[in-house]
Amino acid sequence: MTMLTDAYKELHVFKPMPDLPAPLVYVGIIGWLKENLFSSKINSLLTVTALIFLWKTIPPLISWTIIDATWTFSSHPCPTEKTGACWTFIFVKFRVLMLGLYPEQFLWRPILAFAIFVLVCALTIFRMIQTRLLIAFWFFLPLPLFFLINGGIGLEIVEQSLWGGLMLSTGLAAIGIIMSIPIGILLALGRRSKLVVVKSLCIGMIESIRGVPLITILFMASVMLPIFLPQGMNINNLLRVQIGIILFSSAYIAEVVRGGLQAIPQGQIEAASSLGLKNWVITYLVVLPQALHHVIPSLIGRCVALFKDTSLVIIVGLLDFLGMIKASAQDPEWLGYDVEAYVFCALIYWIICFSMSQYGKSIERHNQW
Amino acid sequence: MNDNTIIEITNLNKWFGNFHVLKNINMTVHKGEIIVICGPSGSGKSTLIRCINRIEEHQKGKIIVAGTELTGKMKNIANVRKEVGMVFQSFDLFPHLTILENLTLAPFWILKMSRKKAEEIAMTLLERVQICDQAFKMPGQLSGGQQQRAAIARALCMNPKIMLFDEPTSALDPEMVKEVLDVIKQLAHDGMTMICVTHEMGFARQVANRMVFMDQGEIVEENHPEKFFTNPKWDRTQKFLSQIL
Repeated sequence: MTMLTDAYKELHVFKPMPDLPAPLVYVGIIGWLKENLFSSKINSLLTVTALIFLWKTIPPLISWTIIDATWTFSSHPCPTEKTGACWTFIFVKFRVLMLGLYPEQFLWRPILAFAIFVLVCALTIFRMIQTRLLIAFWFFLPLPLFFLINGGIGLEIVEQSLWGGLMLSTGLAAIGIIMSIPIGILLALGRRSKLVVVKSLCIGMIESIRGVPLITILFMASVMLPIFLPQGMNINNLLRVQIGIILFSSAYIAEVVRGGLQAIPQGQIEAASSLGLKNWVITYLVVLPQALHHVIPSLIGRCVALFKDTSLVIIVGLLDFLGMIKASAQDPEWLGYDVEAYVFCALIYWIICFSMSQYGKSIERHNQW
Repeated sequence: MNDNTIIEITNLNKWFGNFHVLKNINMTVHKGEIIVICGPSGSGKSTLIRCINRIEEHQKGKIIVAGTELTGKMKNIANVRKEVGMVFQSFDLFPHLTILENLTLAPFWILKMSRKKAEEIAMTLLERVQICDQAFKMPGQLSGGQQQRAAIARALCMNPKIMLFDEPTSALDPEMVKEVLDVIKQLAHDGMTMICVTHEMGFARQVANRMVFMDQGEIVEENHPEKFFTNPKWDRTQKFLSQIL
């Protein structure tokens, strides 16, 4: 009898079925190809078309940029029988493209500044120091770098009209980003403030700046502002342009951050205040970290856009990277190398922008909750 | 007001715009009392307990909590919030902080406790709600029941005299309701003063000292739980009970 009940119990113990291997067509390389490239007739057609397109374009591109190109360093233009790119042109113009007309005897100063900049970038990318410290580093970074490049206190002053090239572009963009993120956050918080005066001031500022193209702001800063300034007061052109860029970028970042602030559920604020936390503590420790986390992709997008927008300073007479590319391409001794110049320009812009967006992605991955 | 009274609400009125949510509420809570508020949705029960720590502002009447009257004064509000802990329906843990950081945030910033001391207290409380093994996880990695228990521990970190529960189990899967209710029962057993809005009538019957039934912004009936469930005074209460039991 007991035997029987045991057997009966045995029969009624739940045992999950063993896992079966997936059919071969759905896994591995074949599975991937089938699912992603040849899942339907249209998809197959698109795949084939894309392959043909790549086959037609990639080899000539490679031979022009690498195989048939002239890679020698000389002060003479390339031999005309070569069909590829003439990178000699870039080598010769390299210093101007990077630093503008910065005097040769002080070259070590921007190079040192660049080294420091790269070091801080590396600290950032590899997360070698605490986030708080890192933010402080970035915030104070412009000061020593500006001192190195500009001179003063023992170092000879270098006229700002001589600055240019990629140094100017990254400088304007970096300071623009560093300054406009905190200002943008303050504007966004102000826009949601209960104090009507603060709120309307912030809305007024954000909306009036966002309603105007950057070119106009740069023109205003460069041409109109001196007219309104009192006699004898003189702010140099570069600083005016930098302020214009910061204002422009702050307004956009404010709107991005506001989007993040709106995504925070009211319950978070209620929970924090029920614990007795003060309003500014709630904003600083509960609301802002979450809001910024939500908007990392668009914030990085703004930074990338700002870096590219700095190329507009050419219209107020500053020779940034793109400006230097253009000027070099028009050098009478080196005529006919526009393509090389602009390809190089695009490549550098792409590397920097792509790195920024990759860094943005890595922050997102790193901070997942 | 005798020594034993910890919350005194007199002639409380509140409007949302033109909508009169709380109508002339009078209620007294004594130390160690466990009050369960129930009623149909929209009856103002959540709003009432949210007024007690001034997450909602009342427009008329008087609320005195632990000897402090709730007015617009920031100092009074801060004092009251120190004494009152609150647990919400949707847990509302801070998702960007670990469970331990969620618990230590307020002691560190308000009581100016050292980080070490705050963490010690937090770990003791996590042990009390039986999730000390989850201390270093993010809230998103916990189950609903664990999150709600962490939220209770977070409120307890400030060592409150009164705990408010706003439908603490409504957002939970059925199998997790019990673990949260057990924690609340334990608290009740330890003598905490509690006001709990809930639809868990079995739980209410077990722990409550007093049942409060609200409808359309008014307190319809206050009664001893045994009488409340078996022999309510008002037909409105009876109707409600017959709908949910």
